[in-house]
Amino acid sequence: MPAKELSPIEVYKMLPMTNCKECGESNCMALAAKLVNREATLQECPPLLEPKYTEAYNKLWMLLKPAVKAVEVGTGDKAVTLGGEYVLYRHEFTYFNLPSIAIDLSDEMPPEEFEARIKIADEFEYEYIGMQLTLDMIALRSTSNDPAKFEAAARKAADLTEMPLLLCALTPDVMEQALSAVGNKRPLIYAATKDNWMEMADLALMYNCPLVASAPFDLDALKSLARTLTEYGVVDIVLDPGTQWDEGISKTLDNFTILRWDAINEEEDYLGFPLLGAPIAAWTEKADDPLINEWNEAMLASALITRYSDILVVHSVSGWSLLPLVFLRQNLYTDPRKPVSVEAGVFNYGNPDKGSPVLLTTNFALTYYTVASDIEGAKLDCYLVVVDSEGLSVESAVAGRKMTADTVAEALVTFEVGDLVEHRHLIIPGRAARLSGEIQETSGWTVSVGPLDSSGAAKFVEDNWPPETE
Amino acid sequence: MVDKKKENLPISLDLLEALAKFQQIEFEDVELSFDELELRLSPGMVISAPAVIPFQQIVTTVKPTQLLEAQVGIPPGEYRGKVVEVKLGATKADGGTRGRSFVIGGETAPAFYNFQAKTPNIPVLAMDVFDWGKVPLAKAVKMHFREVVDDPAEWAKLCVEKFDADMINLHMLTIDSLIEDASPKSALKTVEDVLEAVDVPIAVGGCGDPKKDLEVFKVIAEATAGERILFNSVTLDMDIEATAKVVKENGHTVIAFTSMDVNKARELNRKLYDFLPKEDIVMDTTTAALGYGLDYAFTVMERSRLAALKGDPELNHPISSGSTNAWAAREAWMKMGPEWAPRELRGPIWETITAQTLLLAGVDYFMMMHPAAVQSVRTLINNLMSGKTPSEAPDWVSLKL
Ligand code: B12
Ligand code: SF4
Repeated sequence: MPAKELSPIEVYKMLPMTNCKECGESNCMALAAKLVNREATLQECPPLLEPKYTEAYNKLWMLLKPAVKAVEVGTGDKAVTLGGEYVLYRHEFTYFNLPSIAIDLSDEMPPEEFEARIKIADEFEYEYIGMQLTLDMIALRSTSNDPAKFEAAARKAADLTEMPLLLCALTPDVMEQALSAVGNKRPLIYAATKDNWMEMADLALMYNCPLVASAPFDLDALKSLARTLTEYGVVDIVLDPGTQWDEGISKTLDNFTILRWDAINEEEDYLGFPLLGAPIAAWTEKADDPLINEWNEAMLASALITRYSDILVVHSVSGWSLLPLVFLRQNLYTDPRKPVSVEAGVFNYGNPDKGSPVLLTTNFALTYYTVASDIEGAKLDCYLVVVDSEGLSVESAVAGRKMTADTVAEALVTFEVGDLVEHRHLIIPGRAARLSGEIQETSGWTVSVGPLDSSGAAKFVEDNWPPETE
Repeated sequence: MVDKKKENLPISLDLLEALAKFQQIEFEDVELSFDELELRLSPGMVISAPAVIPFQQIVTTVKPTQLLEAQVGIPPGEYRGKVVEVKLGATKADGGTRGRSFVIGGETAPAFYNFQAKTPNIPVLAMDVFDWGKVPLAKAVKMHFREVVDDPAEWAKLCVEKFDADMINLHMLTIDSLIEDASPKSALKTVEDVLEAVDVPIAVGGCGDPKKDLEVFKVIAEATAGERILFNSVTLDMDIEATAKVVKENGHTVIAFTSMDVNKARELNRKLYDFLPKEDIVMDTTTAALGYGLDYAFTVMERSRLAALKGDPELNHPISSGSTNAWAAREAWMKMGPEWAPRELRGPIWETITAQTLLLAGVDYFMMMHPAAVQSVRTLINNLMSGKTPSEAPDWVSLKL
């Protein structure tokens, strides 16, 4: 059942209904609500694990499982989960597992290039509202079709990085030799096709690795493969419906959308698997300048992020072309039910003392990190009071009354800001100007209205601190 | 990595992990007896006996030896609603002076679901022109317009002739009391110059002051009656009746602009219906840049379009997006470390991805700025319109790069 249609009551009725509180909730209904929101697991209800609840447990499990299977690739800290999704449109619930970005390598690349690309993939990092945006996987292709070369390259890649591998070779012998070296690291095998599926399935079973079924631009053949592999005993499957740039992008996006629609809304058998997109296909038409291939690849990858791809094979390692991709997936995979927010509280910047200024902002992650980076960059010594605005930006919070004079006054008391400084002077964001009088009245603190943008905060302090009158 | 996921995900990672494990067991143990299974479980895992009894046994003792048939259902989608068509610009034959006009909207399925319905009208790309030469522009943008920033007519001409803009999106910043407080008459002069310089349809935007904008729109609308200029925009804080009448009585169209809220969009449209035919209204639910609220922009647009297709009579308008807002993202213009260079590419790709993401949410009319972004989005739109099946899938697996 699509997640959006599941009600807590349905889940509640299958729980033990004893309200024993072992799960830490005050009653079964509370846990049911969390289960429906996928904020708790069935294991959190110990009584349910007892044998007499077998049937209920299994029913609940079926009810709560994602429409798109969660497929684990790799081992250890850097393992990734592909799929595990419940809905077609993010506003219906939320998307969960970021599509993984796999950086392309080939077994014929010169060693320096091979190593350099792994290093870039491994070290790629961009800080965005308190999160580290990174890359996830290495896609290793056998362009040599030589088993020994592929094995050596796979071994080398596994030595150089902990990132999970996507091994690409359509010849089973070539694949087998690489698996003999790195098969214990749970790489994703690319790919079973209509020609080699049985040998590839045997390899996947032997090494207990997930397997991509590939049938570019032939959905029936793809489903036929998925069905056959499933009945053959392969459980962790990823689907490759084919990727093309240029005019082919129209059919590409159609196919991704059809597959995801059928998996979620029709609960069609054998289609509830993660999808593989290959933006690297943008490189098959050589452009005059590789920049153009990189550019097209970024567009193709972004379109596939928007349209349900769970893993992307990308050749470019240029920061400018990868940055929009990691941003886009982060944006679309945040929970639309609640804004990304930070904890409320009072934070120190630099080395503030009893005479340092106190600044106010909201707990929307984007707001908080923008302000924090501005005052850090300006090396300002100060305190920053972060009010719980339920994750809203300053202006939205003021307009939506999620930040009011009362909540500000309360925050000053709760966070004991008065103990940190000798003065009673608060600098508020320019966009909260209309609260200034009220805050002054309610909290007893003198308020000065700062600039509209926090990039001007340091200059404002420099010009106005210490305040003339207390 | 684990930590990263924990931070990004709405807490349920544990659950997903557990599910993944259970799922595996569920299928794996098909041929195993109970005792064998317990041996395979790591001691740390809390799994009680009942959980591992497969719920849906796949009883395959015999493995297939050849491919099993299967067919994928192509979902037709059930839509009752249709987006209205809005005509932008008027040719001489239609009572205007433009060389051509555009029709946008008309969708009966989500954006570019070619398997459900063809996109009836190609989305339109308008390029921004400002009437104030001091408007702050990112370096990567300014380099293309340096010679024309002081002359809106020349600026418009460059956009059409060199950069192939479908339309011109003129912004009257100088009327702002904080800028030049220019008179409606001087604004009209600028509009007339631009209409003279190019023969594509145009949109005319105000400064955001609800009173001044109306005053200026009125003068321009009357003097250019019949042109089907797209006025940008009418908002909830304006005199809606007066604005709507100015638009209607002079044969123009208008953008109904609200701030990322489906209900506000409905409210404004509803208020406009009292004075204006639906076919004169384009709606804009606000565009935020990639990394700076694009998720909200995307979802509000996607939701409104789906609601419209399901029959909501107050949201079935073509959607407009100010994709130029992409440049508000620091990443689009800021100097950053060498690994992110050159910023001359970072900016336009930012605008491109912002626009194309919203294209897939349903946008019909784009206001854009960087020539490369305009060109890229145009190429993408043309490719998406083609609906072609590739004769041969590209072989990227053995590609030597
Ligand atoms: C995205 C958005 C939303 C999102 C919320 C995103 C979020 N998590 O906050 C949603 C769609 C949910 C939303 C809702 C609402 N919004 Co809203 N929203 C916006 C939008 C487009 C961007 C806001 C944003 O993210 N800004 C970026 C952050 C970083 O900015 P910031 O928090 O202000 O921080 C900056 C400054 O304030 C300053 N600063 C911050 N702290 C400090 C501290 C100090 C000391 C200093 C000096 C400076 C400083 O520096 C920061 C960096 O520049 C704006 C329009 C716009 N383009 O600005 C409208 C806007 C803020 N929203 C508005 C409104 C009215 C609302 C609603 C009340 C209703 C509505 N939709 O119309 C609701 C309120 C929510 C509620 N539950 O009741 C109005 C506010 C109008 C007003 N001035 O009163 C705006 C301006 C749109 C408009 N023109 O109508 N909104
Ligand atoms: S542990 Fe289970 S039975 Fe006990 S209250 Fe929680 S949900 Fe109910």
